[in-house]
Amino acid sequence: MKITNLFMAAAGASLLASTVIAGSHEARGRDGHANIIYWQAASIMNPYLSGGTKDIDASSMVIEPLAHYDENGNMVPTLVDEIPTVANGGVSADLTSITWKLSEGLKWSDGSAVTANDVVFTANYCMDPNGGCQQLAKFGDVTGVEALDDLTVKITFGSAKPFPYGPFVGSTTPVLQAAQFANCSGAAAPTCTEANFNPIGTGPFVVSEFRANDTISLTANTEYRDPAKPAFESLTFKGGGDAASAARAVLETGEFDYAWNLQIAPEILAQMEAKGMGTVLSGFGPLVERLMINLTDPSASLGDARSTVANPHPFMSDIAVRQALSMAIDRPLLVEVGYGKAGKVTCNVLPSPAIYDSPNNAGCEVQNIDGANALLDEAGWVMGSDGVRAKDGVRLSILYQTSTNAVRQDFQALIKQWWSQIGIETELKNIDAAVFFGGDQSSPDTFQKLFADLEMYANNFDGTDPEAYMGNWKCSEIPSPENAWLGGNMPRYCNADYDALVAEMAGTADIAERARLAIAMNDMLMQSYSIIPLVHRGNVAAAANTLKGVKLNVWDSDLWNVADWSR
Amino acid sequence: MFNYTIRRLIFTIPTLLFISFVIFFILDTAPNDPTGNLPLTIPPEVREKIRISLGLDKPMFFRYLLWCQQFFINEPLNMIEQWFNITIGDGDRLRVQSWATRSPVVDLVVERMPQTLWVVGMSYVVGIIIAIPIGVISAYKQYSWFDQIGTFISMLGFSVPTFFTGLLLIVIFSVNLGWFPSIYDTTLKVDSWGNFWLQVKQMIMPVMVLAFFNAAQLSRFMRASMLDNLQQDYVRTARAKGLKERVVVLTHVLRNSLIPVVTVIALGVPQVFGGAIITEQIFKVNGLGQLLIIGIQGADIPLVQTLTFIFAVLIVLFNLIADILYGLLDPRIRYD
Repeated sequence: MKITNLFMAAAGASLLASTVIAGSHEARGRDGHANIIYWQAASIMNPYLSGGTKDIDASSMVIEPLAHYDENGNMVPTLVDEIPTVANGGVSADLTSITWKLSEGLKWSDGSAVTANDVVFTANYCMDPNGGCQQLAKFGDVTGVEALDDLTVKITFGSAKPFPYGPFVGSTTPVLQAAQFANCSGAAAPTCTEANFNPIGTGPFVVSEFRANDTISLTANTEYRDPAKPAFESLTFKGGGDAASAARAVLETGEFDYAWNLQIAPEILAQMEAKGMGTVLSGFGPLVERLMINLTDPSASLGDARSTVANPHPFMSDIAVRQALSMAIDRPLLVEVGYGKAGKVTCNVLPSPAIYDSPNNAGCEVQNIDGANALLDEAGWVMGSDGVRAKDGVRLSILYQTSTNAVRQDFQALIKQWWSQIGIETELKNIDAAVFFGGDQSSPDTFQKLFADLEMYANNFDGTDPEAYMGNWKCSEIPSPENAWLGGNMPRYCNADYDALVAEMAGTADIAERARLAIAMNDMLMQSYSIIPLVHRGNVAAAANTLKGVKLNVWDSDLWNVADWSR
Repeated sequence: MFNYTIRRLIFTIPTLLFISFVIFFILDTAPNDPTGNLPLTIPPEVREKIRISLGLDKPMFFRYLLWCQQFFINEPLNMIEQWFNITIGDGDRLRVQSWATRSPVVDLVVERMPQTLWVVGMSYVVGIIIAIPIGVISAYKQYSWFDQIGTFISMLGFSVPTFFTGLLLIVIFSVNLGWFPSIYDTTLKVDSWGNFWLQVKQMIMPVMVLAFFNAAQLSRFMRASMLDNLQQDYVRTARAKGLKERVVVLTHVLRNSLIPVVTVIALGVPQVFGGAIITEQIFKVNGLGQLLIIGIQGADIPLVQTLTFIFAVLIVLFNLIADILYGLLDPRIRYD
């Protein structure tokens, strides 16, 4: 009797266990196949060899960093149990080192264990001077990375870092498997095609077939740390075409489940969404479309001294002119014409994250042609008979350049018209994006050289901390022939007080204090009108209505939580 | 004839070398930069390091010679190694690498051949099949309603750009009717009837778009050639001999008219490999044409140079083939 009971109990238990196991086995891969379309196709699965967003997003499904940023900009642990801080002892009191402790039992997709050595190897892989690592900036000022034991990594910086979360936070710096990339350091990095196309990772998917610039076929990672995830057994990551056809594939024909970066006119997007098959998602990061005013003289007659601090600009040096330029612009109309739901008016060059958004510059939302005219009259710019203001023989004639892009050309046309109403003559110029942003020394059309009176483009920064971004406008960052035109301070703004604030922020750890400093720096720039912000641009994506769990993330990869997606 | 062929083949070598140098020179001196399309979050010093790692700091002539060595010596050696499964030397040689994917360009080309040949090749064949009967009938019944309609459709096919017809077809058949997919799946393996039907469905629209365009040109050629021959004396003789009209037209006139048309077709074959760049983009067929566009936009110089040079080789070769074909088909033509 007892033995029968025992057998019954054993049978019952094993039945229960098998259903539980079967249940969790069924949970992974239960939703079959999903399709993602990125209209810029992925060319490589290694973000260290390609800074392109499409490549970073594609590889984020397979290889992961120690921590991600979530959709609100907060850090969430991925391969660790908690984010190291000064409070929990993870960050040293003098802010020169940070110690990450990996979670127990993590496995690579080939079954081997994830160890601190992999993290150390990855750091050295990127910091290798011959590697051409595109994420080198995130390892800036790192003097050493060592494994204290199998699961503990210590990163040491050369100076105190109030924000030590550069390396291995965010999808731009994932952890690579040391064994797979062993022979791929330094100059050999680009030759390891097999590893670059099929990295072994800790992410929810593994690459089953990689066709460069075309399609990536992925299957669920059987060694993924959560046995119930991912919900999809397989995934196709297709690339190519343009934004409009990608949107159509999700919103109108239902062939795909998710489309990234839909830079399309808002009416067309709304029309497509009306069909009811998908939803348009938008999120706002720090991307701001802005005008950068050249405070130096770009005149061709100056030869090598063109656009250098040696010669101040004949009329842009006058703050009244710069302010008038800003007042004449109707920003709400620009947003409506160019971006619709995917744009907001902004009067700050640092609108996001919210704690850094300055409240002190409101008022630019309303176009004020009369006020601009009055300001210029007061400053002595007399309206000439040809409709162009002049003073002491200097005419307000502007060369306005930007990259080739339909929305930007629309903006140029509108702004030219408004400026003609305040007596400013504008010549428009557009340059191919690859040349404009290319930084080629021999080209006169790069945005660093700024051989024009002002230029328009958009910029943002990685992660949520604006310290490096605001540091772009230090005096030392002015691009000039001496530093091969490599610098981020396009307006050639130079202010000792501003530089002092940048230095102060580099030594401040308290978040509220940092926010105060960032706001102060933003205000200094805005009130000098050297940078005129136009539109706070959002990221736009589309997801099929049958797809659940999508959280558009502007601080990290779009696919940061693809493990949580389901039908 | 044989001497002529040999002479032409020998002459292609300096021609191709000259073409390769011109391609290299033009692409190299253009103000373009492979780091231009990277996000602005990458600071300028890192971009400079990237440029150096891609070899952009060396002088132009040095890079040209390096490319020549990689393309003319290393790549063929690699191909021989792969085909015959042998290893020559140490097997580890510098190959022409794409800057964007950091993988050998030849591998990319081979990967994309299937879809380009399938879609664009098929459309060329379909175009020929449509064009020849239309050209024959249009010429035979000149100025009839069939001829007028044929002329009109040719004019449409020739002047309406493929991006318009492509989009029109997508809107009608994919969005509204939902019959065909608008995006080509390059990973589809045809191993069952179901998959074969899927392949047909996803090929119909791009093939028809291109076939329409090709057929327009070819049918005009066919028509003109037929009209020329229908006026000849031997046609009258054939009819006088009592031959059936069908035999006169299809056996005698058509064969003679096909001579110039066949050479035009031969000259158009390199275009098949170039891929129909626009159509490939619209339907995301991701073949050789799309590879070229991506290379151009990303300033991926090795990729663009290699692809352009491959196309140049094909054009030169098929020009030679067309000339020889003309000589073979037409007994009146004899080269020395």
